[in-house]
Amino acid sequence: MRNREPRNEDLIKGMTGDWEIVLGLEVHAQVTSNAKLFSGASAAFGAEPNTQVSLVDAALPGMLPVINRYCVEQAVKTGLGLKAQINLRSIFDRKNYFYPDLPQGYQISQFKHPIVGEGEIVIDLAGGRSEIVGIERLHLEQDAGKSIHDLGPSVSHVDLNRSGVALMEIVSKPDMRSADEAKAYVTKLRTILRYLGTCDGNMEEGSLRADVNVSVRRPGGPLGTRCEIKNVNSIRFIGQAIEYEARRQIEILEEGGKINQETRLFDPKAGETRSMRSKEEAHDYRYFPDPDLLPLEIVQADVDAIKASLPELPDDKKARLIAEYGLSPYDATVLVGEKATADFYEAVAKGRDAKLASNWVTVELFGALNREGHSIETSPVSAEHLGKLIDLISDNTISGRIAKQIFESMYKTGGDPAEIVEKEGLRQVTDTGAIEAAIDAVIAANPDKVAQAKEKPSLAGWFVGQVMKSTSGKANPQVVNEILARKLGLSSDG
Amino acid sequence: MTDLTKLTLAGARDALKKKEFTSLELTDAYLGAIEAATPLNTYVTVTADQAREMAKASDLKLGKGQGGALEGLPLGIKDLFATKGVLTTACSHILDGFKPPYESQVTQNLWHDGAVMLGKLNNDEFAMGSSNETSFYGPVVNPWRRNGDTTKIVPGGSSGGSSAAVAAKLCLAATATDTGGSIRQPAAFTGTVGIKPTYGRCSRWGVVAFASSLDQAGPIARDVRDAAIMLRSMAGYDDKDSTSVDRPVPDYEASLGQSLKGLRVGIPKEYRVDGMPAEIDALWTRGIEWLKAAGAEIVDVSLPHTKYALPTYYIVAPAECSSNLARYDGVRYGLRVPGKDITDMYEKTRAAGFGTEVRRRVLIGTYVLSAGYYDAYYLKAQQVRTLIARDFTEAYAKCDVLLTPTAPSAAFGIGEKTADPLSMYLNDVFTVTVNLAGLPGISVPAGLSSDGLPLGLQLIGKTFDEETLFRVAYALEEAAQFKAEPAVWWRS
Repeated sequence: MRNREPRNEDLIKGMTGDWEIVLGLEVHAQVTSNAKLFSGASAAFGAEPNTQVSLVDAALPGMLPVINRYCVEQAVKTGLGLKAQINLRSIFDRKNYFYPDLPQGYQISQFKHPIVGEGEIVIDLAGGRSEIVGIERLHLEQDAGKSIHDLGPSVSHVDLNRSGVALMEIVSKPDMRSADEAKAYVTKLRTILRYLGTCDGNMEEGSLRADVNVSVRRPGGPLGTRCEIKNVNSIRFIGQAIEYEARRQIEILEEGGKINQETRLFDPKAGETRSMRSKEEAHDYRYFPDPDLLPLEIVQADVDAIKASLPELPDDKKARLIAEYGLSPYDATVLVGEKATADFYEAVAKGRDAKLASNWVTVELFGALNREGHSIETSPVSAEHLGKLIDLISDNTISGRIAKQIFESMYKTGGDPAEIVEKEGLRQVTDTGAIEAAIDAVIAANPDKVAQAKEKPSLAGWFVGQVMKSTSGKANPQVVNEILARKLGLSSDG
Repeated sequence: MTDLTKLTLAGARDALKKKEFTSLELTDAYLGAIEAATPLNTYVTVTADQAREMAKASDLKLGKGQGGALEGLPLGIKDLFATKGVLTTACSHILDGFKPPYESQVTQNLWHDGAVMLGKLNNDEFAMGSSNETSFYGPVVNPWRRNGDTTKIVPGGSSGGSSAAVAAKLCLAATATDTGGSIRQPAAFTGTVGIKPTYGRCSRWGVVAFASSLDQAGPIARDVRDAAIMLRSMAGYDDKDSTSVDRPVPDYEASLGQSLKGLRVGIPKEYRVDGMPAEIDALWTRGIEWLKAAGAEIVDVSLPHTKYALPTYYIVAPAECSSNLARYDGVRYGLRVPGKDITDMYEKTRAAGFGTEVRRRVLIGTYVLSAGYYDAYYLKAQQVRTLIARDFTEAYAKCDVLLTPTAPSAAFGIGEKTADPLSMYLNDVFTVTVNLAGLPGISVPAGLSSDGLPLGLQLIGKTFDEETLFRVAYALEEAAQFKAEPAVWWRS
């Protein structure tokens, strides 16, 4: 655990003084793989119940697990992405407990010797602040099936489709000090996993779930007793659960009580955590090495090969975007949040005004995507077309104002901006003769305003507006300004 | 026609090739013998129709001069092996009605080579036992009896159905499994040959698990040659079993009859245990003389951790079984006794479904894996296990094979030891070390006890050196000239 000076902003003001929250997370990330961890059955989400169950998944007598090497590679890749120690020898253990959705009566997991050891994640926080959160370990394990209790009044059902699906349990060190940091941690972890392609990060489908360990203490003081909030399945809920749980604990402590170490559940509807089982009720899992599986051995050369094939990760990409495109750290952080977004941006920015491209992607495009509920993958505006639009602005074919109008049309139709400009006759007028004629017409029609403008130069803006109106916005604003100033006798040079 | 069941597996094989009779005739002879042998309680399921169909299919192949190494040869299958569509219960009430939709790899290998399945053989429940008295289907009775005595004798266990069926000529040979001696001890008790090959030699896929790190399949047969033929067909790499070892299966039959000249046979002094009957000691001495006469060099070796083998075994095996048997919970297949909630259903189902010995071992196993006890029991046992394996490695620096008695006594009467689990566990004193070290071991009949029951000698080999085992076993068999057979008293 890292030693950190408590930040005043993070402290919770209690009746008896300040409190500091200490947080550690265990994230269960479903490994992106077609097949399960120890059987060849499909690991796809959403199939009819019990249609993706092999003899091994249903734990029929005499069935044996065989490790899916692809899942091992995925775990190694994730470990490398977390800058973590890769253990060339790891061991699968059995975690024994009875539950109807656990057909074997044990979960195959890794207990004492996980495949990945210590690593770290840089989390990005408001105001450009960043913190390092330590990773304690990552291990591979099987998911359980799903109990369904609402199909009949007196019986429960079990769907074993998830039974045996590969999970990575990623355990952080207790390095986080606020709900925002925990949220930033999960956000960043999810981003890294998605960059690596080792977990799709889909929290709604349960591909990513977090157990949150919460304790409170006096700032910088000795650690308090922790409670574990199980299976929180959205980043927002993680924040809510922590806020609630920290205040609950503080209240108990301030009233002279003590915290019982226990497992709790977050109820999103009530916005509160509730006790699930106490430490005394905790299972004795009787871990022991699974005798059906040999120790998992991997060779350094394979680790090196995986390392060489790693994609550029968010932190490196962010640094490169700042260096290469001159972006602000804030814009760069926003852009690297999803690899697809960063790729989109780079496709737009390549060979163009990087700052302009960043504005168009993060402000206009993101704004429209958010409004319409689209993602970058389903954006109606392609990177190629957005790039072309920026080209049209840069070579003065259109004005920025017209560009926004064209963008809306592009978003609706998915059309090419150059074609829209031609079809709708939106090319910017830079022909000084035509602009001069328009200006002369406005001046001729408003002699009183001309007189006033000589007294009050700011009235020139009104003339610009009239000229733009009469040219349907196509007049080059810079040219309009120059000619008007001259005609109204306002130009600085006389 | 003479009684076809008198032929050995090799004899029947050769006769079928020469078309002296058909597989269907042979199969019918066995089905008739089985039907007439109900007092032995060897078979829990007889698959007569399936056997005849398989025999007919074999006859077609044999008629064309085709067929595999076991074409048309009728075998018995221990109930621990999953057989597709055929009741497979491991002789436990908890697997009531369970017909697997899959075939174990070992039996699949046998069918691939043309063998015919006569049915499923009785065994101790989940292979936990040394006398075949823990079976839900009742005890198997040994065809052998003491001289002038009708006391029912145990056939050994857990593969008691296999050993008794082979001894009573109710199959040509049988599959069996060995976790702590469950092939070799029953073979010794019935005057048959049983080999537990090296761990990893036979696939465990589709074999109901007892203790995964110790379980290994092997055959029980009438003589060494038959055992060699059987093992060759049963063995082989299986990528569905992560502990299976990928190396070619030799022609074991080819090593029979090869000279023992220059071979060093180790005699481990720790196997001369307190209270061992003098006749076992004498048998062992005779075995030493036979091998010496056959050209082998006898060397004394020490396996100093032998005395820890039984306690180690009775920690490791129950620990693994407590976890392996967790899947029998009444949720998906087998027995379910309804309860007021899920926990109640679990408890009622498992209380009703498991017999006393299985429950005892599940409880021991759960205990030794529990928080606070793990280090003192399970972890310590694993450390000792390493030392036991190292004993053998060091001994094999001085010798090529070890000779020991198979069991510390001849077979005992049914019910004689059931009240005292510890004296029952002592049966495995010479065999468990082999499982703990993952080595191959074979039991060969070598003589009769003073009251007329068979006694066996055990040979323990180096890892994957089954060929040497067969070579020495054959020499032992030649020297012992064990021709005794049980009187046929059971025929109705």
